[in-house]
Amino acid sequence: MNYFIIGFYALLIGVSSLAAFYQKRTAFLLLFSLTLVSFIMGIVGGEAMLWSVTILAGLIAFSAGVSFSFREFLVILLPADLAKAMRTAPLTAGFGLFVIFTYAIAGIFAPIIAPYGEADVISSAFAPADENMLLGADQLGRDMFSRIIYGARNTVGLALLATILAFAMGATAGLYAATVGGKLDQLLGRVVDVIMSIPSLIFSLLLLSIFGTNTVTLIIVIAIIYAPRVFRLARSVGGNVVVMDYIEAAKLRGEGNWYLIRKEILPNSSAPLIAEFGLEFCFVFLLVAGLSFLGLGIQPPTADWGSMVRENATLISFGEITPLIPAAAIALLTVAVNFVVDWMLFMSSGLKEQ
Amino acid sequence: MGDILSIVSKRLGLGVVTLLVISIIIFGAVELLPGDIAQAVLGQGATEENLAAMREQLGLDRAAPIRYFEWLGNAVTGDFGRSLVSQQPVSEAISTRFANTLFLALYAAFIAVPVAIFLGVLVALYRNTVFDRVANVVTLTSISSPEFFLGYILILFLSVQTGYFPAIAKIDDGMSLIDKLDRTFLPALTMVLVVVAHMMRMTRASIINLLASPYVEMARLKGVPAWKVIVKHTLPNAWAPVINVVALNLAYLITGVVLVEVVFVYPGIGQLLVDAVTKRDFPVVQACCLIFAATFILLNLAADVGSILTNPRLRHPK
Repeated sequence: MNYFIIGFYALLIGVSSLAAFYQKRTAFLLLFSLTLVSFIMGIVGGEAMLWSVTILAGLIAFSAGVSFSFREFLVILLPADLAKAMRTAPLTAGFGLFVIFTYAIAGIFAPIIAPYGEADVISSAFAPADENMLLGADQLGRDMFSRIIYGARNTVGLALLATILAFAMGATAGLYAATVGGKLDQLLGRVVDVIMSIPSLIFSLLLLSIFGTNTVTLIIVIAIIYAPRVFRLARSVGGNVVVMDYIEAAKLRGEGNWYLIRKEILPNSSAPLIAEFGLEFCFVFLLVAGLSFLGLGIQPPTADWGSMVRENATLISFGEITPLIPAAAIALLTVAVNFVVDWMLFMSSGLKEQ
Repeated sequence: MGDILSIVSKRLGLGVVTLLVISIIIFGAVELLPGDIAQAVLGQGATEENLAAMREQLGLDRAAPIRYFEWLGNAVTGDFGRSLVSQQPVSEAISTRFANTLFLALYAAFIAVPVAIFLGVLVALYRNTVFDRVANVVTLTSISSPEFFLGYILILFLSVQTGYFPAIAKIDDGMSLIDKLDRTFLPALTMVLVVVAHMMRMTRASIINLLASPYVEMARLKGVPAWKVIVKHTLPNAWAPVINVVALNLAYLITGVVLVEVVFVYPGIGQLLVDAVTKRDFPVVQACCLIFAATFILLNLAADVGSILTNPRLRHPK
């Protein structure tokens, strides 16, 4: 027994008793189950395990603090109606927005932030971290940290472009099909069914094996594979709007299809479509990362998170966590977008689970 | 009962048609190559004789529809032609690897399905408590992580640092089942993590959906305890969506296996596909894609048929 272990349990038990005394049910449950779990962990893993629990708890508390302040920051900055929605947002949404904001900064200002260029060989292969290189060097002696920063621009940028293209195609076709109906609607529906019945990773592998892997084909292939999902959603959301009276009125006024889509249907179906954009981005981003990991996505020497994991994977067998950092960067952004989408879906549907 | 047979057979027929259309896409995609297969494989520097010989060997002089039907007919009987790289019959390479992939997917499914349904019911029971929130965040994180991230984390902690399990899942036919299960534990666990998260969320959603029904309210007003409401009144009605969820996730398992196989160097069909794509070995790519697509469609069909069979309302459509 040393002071750390005694302090650790004393703090946990003390705070959970306080929570129980002040009738904070949630906090008490959380803290007390943490106490029980750390009893088991302390027995199994010893002091080291308790340290990792402490560090983890500290990290969670830190990110909760950051998300809280970022949310308050947005509440102050945003115009009144958005600020009202922001004020009731859960902390997870604040966290998600903060992460997205950070990635955007990293991606946009990559050349300024990164100390070295993405393809600059500055050291020997797998050199350990020193005062010049925050995270050490990769398999060719390039600065890992700079490449991760550039990856925010390349990987996320490509996924974003592909999502925008998929969205433009899917949403336009979906809303158009909903407005026009009839044969075209049926036909598009069948085409979409077929594309969606092929697993997306397999389909993209097939197409990439044929058209080769350059950035433009990659974006087009991914957009074609993911457009059907957007089409389905846009079709069903649009279908609900098309039967409204104001659409009928607009039709009687003699408005054309494009006017109907742009001015009447789109504004009334934007909420679910925006949420879908976030979800779609997650799917596309994971697919791009997966393809790059397989060596079929963004080609070297462009820095890209998926291929960085693959190229440095050998380090893992020496117990190094460096190759996991780009993978964690992928996971973190996807989680963040999902948090925000969850919140938006909750707001737009007014879905209140009992 | 005649009704239900006709619904199911209609669904099956639709599945066969979809599969046919997909086989056309898979075959036709290769036809879209700039030039033709021979040119794509041999490259710019190929001589006219080489090109002609290759075209002769692949039978490229005949019209595409004829070759399509030949290819399809052979594929149905299990003959996928010869690999362009190794000149071995494709079916030889595929059969053992496909068995390996199925083994891995089934292994993962056997762990994942019971755990996911149990946990899904549990979080539905304790919905909107702290545990539900924590489960929500944890499952969301697990879904959002690329498979290779989870895989490498498991390798780092369970293999490199502690040495509990092997990091490389090399298996062969001579090994005993126990050995195989031990070797493939980490890849299976990786897939379990992703699939459990998916299934748990979907099970929770479908049970909570049902909790809004009048008969649940009735049961509650009678004073039935909360867990009994779920186990006796909700779960039997939730089977249709749950079966759907399970089948959809099995379909995901079969295709999500590609990345996991590459991480753990597992000799499955996914790795074969990735290798073939890098080497532009089109007969192998076509065969693998066809098998993946067929399995995917089959499991989706199973999901549909399962939910028709378990739901009386779908058995008698208006």
